[in-house]
Amino acid sequence: MEKLKSLLFNLLVWLLVFLVAFPLLWMVTTSFMHAGEAASFPPPLLPKSPTLDAYHELFAGNHIEVYFFNSVILAVCATILSLSFNVMAGYAFAKLRFKGRDAMFNILLSALIIPAQVGMMPLFLLLKTFGLVNTYAGALVPWIASVFGIFMVRQFSQAIPDEMIEAARVDGANEFQIFTKLIIPNLTPILVTLGLFTFLGSWNDFMWPLIILTDNQSYTLPVALAVLSREHVQDSELMMAGAVITVLPVLLLFLVLQRYYMRGLLAGSVKG
Amino acid sequence: MNKSPFNTALAGYLFVAPAMIAIVVFFFGPALAAFILSFTDFDIYALADIRNLRFVWFKNYTELLANPLFWTALKNTLFFVFVGGPLSMAASLSAAILLTENSVKLKAFIRTIFFAPVVTTLVATAVVFKYLLHTKYGFINYGLEQIGIKPIDWLGDPHWAMPAIIVFAVWKNFGYNMVIFIAAIGSIPSDLYEAAKIDGASPWQRFLNVTLPALGPSILLVSIMTMTGYFQLFAEPYVMTQGGPAEQTVTVLYMMYEQGFKWWNLGSASAVAFVLFAMMLVMTLIQGQIAKLQGVK
Repeated sequence: MEKLKSLLFNLLVWLLVFLVAFPLLWMVTTSFMHAGEAASFPPPLLPKSPTLDAYHELFAGNHIEVYFFNSVILAVCATILSLSFNVMAGYAFAKLRFKGRDAMFNILLSALIIPAQVGMMPLFLLLKTFGLVNTYAGALVPWIASVFGIFMVRQFSQAIPDEMIEAARVDGANEFQIFTKLIIPNLTPILVTLGLFTFLGSWNDFMWPLIILTDNQSYTLPVALAVLSREHVQDSELMMAGAVITVLPVLLLFLVLQRYYMRGLLAGSVKG
Repeated sequence: MNKSPFNTALAGYLFVAPAMIAIVVFFFGPALAAFILSFTDFDIYALADIRNLRFVWFKNYTELLANPLFWTALKNTLFFVFVGGPLSMAASLSAAILLTENSVKLKAFIRTIFFAPVVTTLVATAVVFKYLLHTKYGFINYGLEQIGIKPIDWLGDPHWAMPAIIVFAVWKNFGYNMVIFIAAIGSIPSDLYEAAKIDGASPWQRFLNVTLPALGPSILLVSIMTMTGYFQLFAEPYVMTQGGPAEQTVTVLYMMYEQGFKWWNLGSASAVAFVLFAMMLVMTLIQGQIAKLQGVK
């Protein structure tokens, strides 16, 4: 009885594994098919003779390297911005005493209930006034600082013993030295987590880039993919190659740094 | 000299200032401005010349309520939230329970597979599903045909388009809450299960009387996060259906985008945004109240 139950559970789990993995596997195999091959019945699982045609078409015909480059630049810059602004603020909110600190932090937390899209119309107008539409800077603005990032760094900074910081002060280190020489090394794991979240968030982001990057040359991969999919409805192979190029970098990054990702996910979910 | 609290306080201000300024200028400021904007007739003429801007007070809101498309969008959004949300959570919880079963092997590997869709790019996987949902050549209909179900025109039939988007959303998102549930199940003391076992409780009874109550706070948290997130449905219909067929996948946020950035009615788009915000807020408050009544937390 127990054995039968265990067998059933395992069968069910592996069926689910198959169903969940299938769309991603199909995306990969279809990207190696010849043009038009996927549109046949019954739908083919594997390419008859694998080809890089679709990838070639993406680079030669659609200049996907431009969008890839845009996505990389934006994700890297967003990560650097987030790692500087949020980490300084998160540490200060946890460990430095100053007047109005808690009030300020509570105001920040109130931002969590406001959906990001609410401010998009005025933000667009603001950036348009400063000529930042279709620029990297315009696309990066929402990534400079985030309440979630500040919150996460604050939570992990609180675990640093006050005596350690005090001892550094007694030794004559100034606040900036304490931050760079003592705090940053102690926060390394959470910095990896925050960096990873920001990179993935920026890479996968769609609505804001769609709004602010309207010029074909400034598209990110998701925006370019959405536009391409409207123009190339019939070209499943081409679109799947585009999807592979878009998904693969973040999927690999996640696989390598999975441990850090889960830590952030669970830290974020405790906050409520 | 460095020990003086003045220096520490000054450093504190200097450290929080960049982030605070960025959040005020690029988040709080625009949100407040959107509220004001929602009482103006800001449109493409005002975009060209700000002197064309007029205060119209509640006109955007009254026009919105008189617009049948808004009610369709609201219905579609609520359908996604109240059908797609619970389905996603049920999938997360089932997967979490399966992955905490002792008899299941290779748990870490399976968990990674289940989680993979969460980190993939939404637009890219939505495109993948668009082809998987194809009536004639899609694998989903092919699979259904094997168990005797006739082909469904998923993205072309007004009745099936939103359910198809829900299928995609469940696939994409269930891994996230699954991880939270796995952690929560892991923290339930095992002697509770032992005691229930000694009392002769069946696995189902143990689930109902031990697991579910212990998961109360996590379920509440997850449902608030999931439902408020699901109110913001946009990219999926943008990529998979463009709001169609027959406007059955136009959501409130989709409407905001079209009003604001397709027709440049930024005033009326801001009104849509605030209606969405209000609904999400009410939703969060109601769920908080339910939790209080049930004594969770």
